[in-house]
Amino acid sequence: MAESLPSEFDVVILGTGLPEAIIAAACSRIGQRVLHIDVKNYYGGNWASFTFSGLLSWLEDYRQQPDLYEESTAWKDQLDKSEEFVLLNKKNKTIQNIEVFCYVSQDSENDVEEVGALRKNPAFVTCDDSTDAQDSAEEPPCQEIHSLDSNNSEISSQPNNTDPDTTAETDVPDVNLEMQTQSDVTTSSTPSLDTSEGDNTKLSTEETLALESAKRKITYSSIVKEGRKFNIDLVSKLLYSRGSLIDLLIKSNVSRYAEFKNVTRILTFQNGRVEQVPCSRADVFASKQLTMVEKRMLMKFLTFCLDYEQNAEEYQDYKDSVFSEYLKTKKLTPSLQHFILHAIAMVSETASTIDGLRATQHFLQSLGRYGNTPFLFPLYGLGEIPQCFCRMCAVFGGIYCLRHSVQCFIVDKESSRCKAVIDSLGQKISCSYFIVEDSYLSEENCKNVCYRQISRAVLITDQSILKTDSDQQVSILTVPPIELGQPTVSIIELCSSTMTCKKDTYLVHLTCVSTRTAKEDLEPVVQKLFIPYAETGLESEQEKELEKPQILWALYFNMRDSTGIDRSSYEALPSNVYVCSGPDPHLGNEQAVKQAESIFNQLFPKEEFCPPAPNPEDIVYDVDDTESQDAAFTSSSEIRAEEASEEQSAAKGIDVRADAREGGDSMASAGESGDAVANHKTRE
Amino acid sequence: MHGRIKVKTTEQQEEAKRKEREKKLQLYTAATNTIFQKRELQELDQEVLELTNQILGANPDFATLWNFRREIFLHFEKEKSEDEMQKLYKRELSHLESCLRVNPKSYGSWHHRCWVLDRMPEPDWSRELELCNRFLEMDERNFHCWDYRRFVVLRSEVPPEEELSFTHGLITKNFSNYSSWHYRSKLLPRIHPDPQRQGRVTEEVLLKELELAQNAFFTDPSDQSAWLYHRWLLGRVDREVSILCIFVSRGGEWLSVGFSHPVTVCPGSDDLLLFLNGAPLMVSWRSVEKKNKSSFLWLCDLPVGLLSDLCPEHTFRVLWKDGAAQKECALYRGYQESWNRDSATEEQIFRCELSVEKSTVLQSELESCKELQELEPDNKWCLLTIILLMRALDPLGYEKETLDYFQTLKAVDPMRSAYFNDLRSKFLMENCILKMEYADSRVIDLSHKGLTTLYHEEQLLLITHMNLSTNQLRALPRALVMLRCLEVLEADDNIIESLEGLSHLPKLEEVSLRNNCIHRISDLQPLASCPRLSILNLQGNPVCDSPNVQSELVLLLPRVLHIIT
Repeated sequence: MAESLPSEFDVVILGTGLPEAIIAAACSRIGQRVLHIDVKNYYGGNWASFTFSGLLSWLEDYRQQPDLYEESTAWKDQLDKSEEFVLLNKKNKTIQNIEVFCYVSQDSENDVEEVGALRKNPAFVTCDDSTDAQDSAEEPPCQEIHSLDSNNSEISSQPNNTDPDTTAETDVPDVNLEMQTQSDVTTSSTPSLDTSEGDNTKLSTEETLALESAKRKITYSSIVKEGRKFNIDLVSKLLYSRGSLIDLLIKSNVSRYAEFKNVTRILTFQNGRVEQVPCSRADVFASKQLTMVEKRMLMKFLTFCLDYEQNAEEYQDYKDSVFSEYLKTKKLTPSLQHFILHAIAMVSETASTIDGLRATQHFLQSLGRYGNTPFLFPLYGLGEIPQCFCRMCAVFGGIYCLRHSVQCFIVDKESSRCKAVIDSLGQKISCSYFIVEDSYLSEENCKNVCYRQISRAVLITDQSILKTDSDQQVSILTVPPIELGQPTVSIIELCSSTMTCKKDTYLVHLTCVSTRTAKEDLEPVVQKLFIPYAETGLESEQEKELEKPQILWALYFNMRDSTGIDRSSYEALPSNVYVCSGPDPHLGNEQAVKQAESIFNQLFPKEEFCPPAPNPEDIVYDVDDTESQDAAFTSSSEIRAEEASEEQSAAKGIDVRADAREGGDSMASAGESGDAVANHKTRE
Repeated sequence: MHGRIKVKTTEQQEEAKRKEREKKLQLYTAATNTIFQKRELQELDQEVLELTNQILGANPDFATLWNFRREIFLHFEKEKSEDEMQKLYKRELSHLESCLRVNPKSYGSWHHRCWVLDRMPEPDWSRELELCNRFLEMDERNFHCWDYRRFVVLRSEVPPEEELSFTHGLITKNFSNYSSWHYRSKLLPRIHPDPQRQGRVTEEVLLKELELAQNAFFTDPSDQSAWLYHRWLLGRVDREVSILCIFVSRGGEWLSVGFSHPVTVCPGSDDLLLFLNGAPLMVSWRSVEKKNKSSFLWLCDLPVGLLSDLCPEHTFRVLWKDGAAQKECALYRGYQESWNRDSATEEQIFRCELSVEKSTVLQSELESCKELQELEPDNKWCLLTIILLMRALDPLGYEKETLDYFQTLKAVDPMRSAYFNDLRSKFLMENCILKMEYADSRVIDLSHKGLTTLYHEEQLLLITHMNLSTNQLRALPRALVMLRCLEVLEADDNIIESLEGLSHLPKLEEVSLRNNCIHRISDLQPLASCPRLSILNLQGNPVCDSPNVQSELVLLLPRVLHIIT
């Protein structure tokens, strides 16, 4: 990073979440000078994805709750009388109730480290924060380490875990999250290697079984060692194939920086069983679970939903009733009603008929664009998407500064407009617009704001929740409330080919609107679908249980949902300061795109929002080196076009791969820094 | 605004593109010229191979160049070792692949690929099959690729079972795929042949396939590919040619042979032989179609005086194609005519659209189609299939229901109402023929049936009286000339304009054509060739309004005693 930043920008953006990144790209694209800052050393804020060790550092970071930057006061002298300052938040308080569970055994090696890992944020690790204790007293960061819960009947009934002493709940607040401690706790509660080997010999009569269990034996150290194979999203979302984010990615040509994988199946949880939902024509045709008549009724209803507006008479009488009631009138069997309500429309029992129809339509419109389900998932995790927009911003001259922040913004008393910001080094940077992510605002600004919460769980499991011939499935499962008043839980299960988890494991994301802590909200669903990892083979009576995937490692946390807040709720906000919200609990990214576009349109009402980036060969450079540049671009772009078409024909998916060459070239020629962007692509 | 990236204007872009195109064109023409010169001079070398490579890479449909390349390869084969040729051909295949990517439906490229593989010392067939898979994944209906696949499968003897599962995979992905369904219809009889009926499959497999097709049309009833496959499944073997009827007339001194299919009897050939009391009889065969077209009916004149009444019995035997079909008929003393024919009722000839030995299968198919029809009352494929199934099961029993379904069918698909009317006419005629045969009669009443056209004239060879009144017939078609026993024809209240079929009918005596649309005297010309016609009723035809109608008719038809206008 440069020693000091330029002192003048058009737009200063604080936070690199999705809406901020889109705004940054949109502003940079139309020639605005953009400074894009994030206090963290990674992109995305709460939209980020982490390797396993990265996630551990992130957890550690929240445990310690350090100040985001060291305060310096020298800048105060620079202010003149016509100016006043508004301080920003020094702590990020968007994550709460973190709970980590490790079910796999630790090897004796203590210092397991991720292969090739870089310590994510050495600054924070060494940071000695004296206010930590005080802070945690005010708002105890509920961090616990659990061994297997003895109150859990499912688990305690297992023969391997009957000893109450070893399975005792070790609910110790403020326990250091260091691996060492955890290893002590977990090894005591998991059976020793000897017993498991003994069991293996017992099973050796059935060779296949033995082989399988040997294959499945996963240890904590193997997860840590291959931690770089993980890309764990903090928010779990998918892209609707015809949603606004895909449209934006395509329209703006940002899609060239990302690769996607189609979600391969939609699942549903009904009568205690996970089933695949036939939702496309091919699915319905091939489905073995539906009768002929069911097939027809389902197809008929779905076809109607596709353009339900044209057939208003079909639902006129049910306009004011709920969707679930309306479905009952459509000659659909209860099982089909369940499919449509929970897996296709994904609305609650109380959603109105119109909302249900609209949601079904949205689902169906996205279906078949890129595959047999309506959803895409970005390879390497959702955290890629904000980075793609940042890259686009950098290509057009935006400047990036990570691990940097803004202490306050300066307001001109007369005009009541923000005229500058003071960065974490005390430098005054003037700007015409200041865009800030909600979590950076001080409590002073947000005292009237009422936040909701999102409950999240991340599980690493050993097999899929619905096994099929292929072990590379990307699935989405919506679990309706088990009891009244409980939230609907959305589950996304990712396989290793999405580049988010290591081979032979699955990464499971659970998300719901919070009603209590994340663990309280999500654990009932987790218990229905999974069992904790047990190394030894289970007795025959538990063989049914074996069909359930086993949890190797689990994380619960709550994330603040700052969406849907009216601008007027924020105190003392100058008219040229705009607030971006963090992620919402919904499956799609519609909210973020909508917010970004709306803020951009307020900033530059006459400008187009993210017009297509020109082809590199159409860009005119300084006269003297036009020739050489042109030649270079032409040759490389030809190769690229060939590659792209080959790829498309080979793997009939979409998506042109992010092209490092092109990004690098244009950035160099654009002449601006953008080094942060160039650096961030360090994986592999 | 500052900092904005400058982008070429559209004019600049256009200009740059135009220049590029010009450059390309120059290169292309130059290379093409060189190639043709070299061909003229028979310079079959590596360089020209390279040049044609470039041109074909850009335009794979340049057939002449593919020919030239084959010439070069054939020339090389004389000079080079097998190893070298193998390498050359291998390179040719990868070049072809890139050409196919330019145009996956290039006739020249696919053909050349077949040629290369047949010339190659060691062809790698599995790679070719893989190539087919990839191209079919891009376009599952690329018939060029399907053809090529069949070529590969044939040469490399891929087991049909594997191919069957391949089609299954494609159908699972997207069942709107005629090519795959069709391929199944070719593979299944090879894998699971029905021992009794050639070209069909065993019942067990049939049931599975029916279920597959049902899955498809219950999922999307408007997709016709599955319906057509369904019809194939329920269809039956093509019947072999047989002789339906042999008829001999003592007075007329002629003999006719009616076939199940139109056949051609070449003059002077041994295709159709006639024996009288075991001894061959030399006759010359002619069809009623005049020209040597294929025809259902073949006639011969018997030698004059052959059928004298002195002989107690004349036994005729006809032999078709060395005994592929034959029939006998005896004419006894005292009889003017004699015949021997197959019965339409016994042979179930009219169930030919659909037929499975076990009617239980048809019955259950009918039930599920009816179930679907309840859900989709307006689906024409479903309605049509129901009709066909009912025909196959019990044509007379379901007659009323069938007619109702036709009514619905015409309403939901008015664009094809004429086709449905014709189909309906066909079924109604079949039913009438069946009824007539049950009654053992030579009189057929087809009045008030709403017929739009006539069918199955080959089944009406012995008819003496026919009533076609009150239908929607526009013509008395050419095929009616087969009705050589017809004496009385009533065709009142139609919209008949043409009488083409009423010619050379040896026994026709009385024709009633009241209230039709005969406009010109000349339209009645065919009647002049019917020797016995004596009564003709033309009341209510436009022709009657023309002046001098009577006198002109007398001129045209001098033998007809009573012409009522």
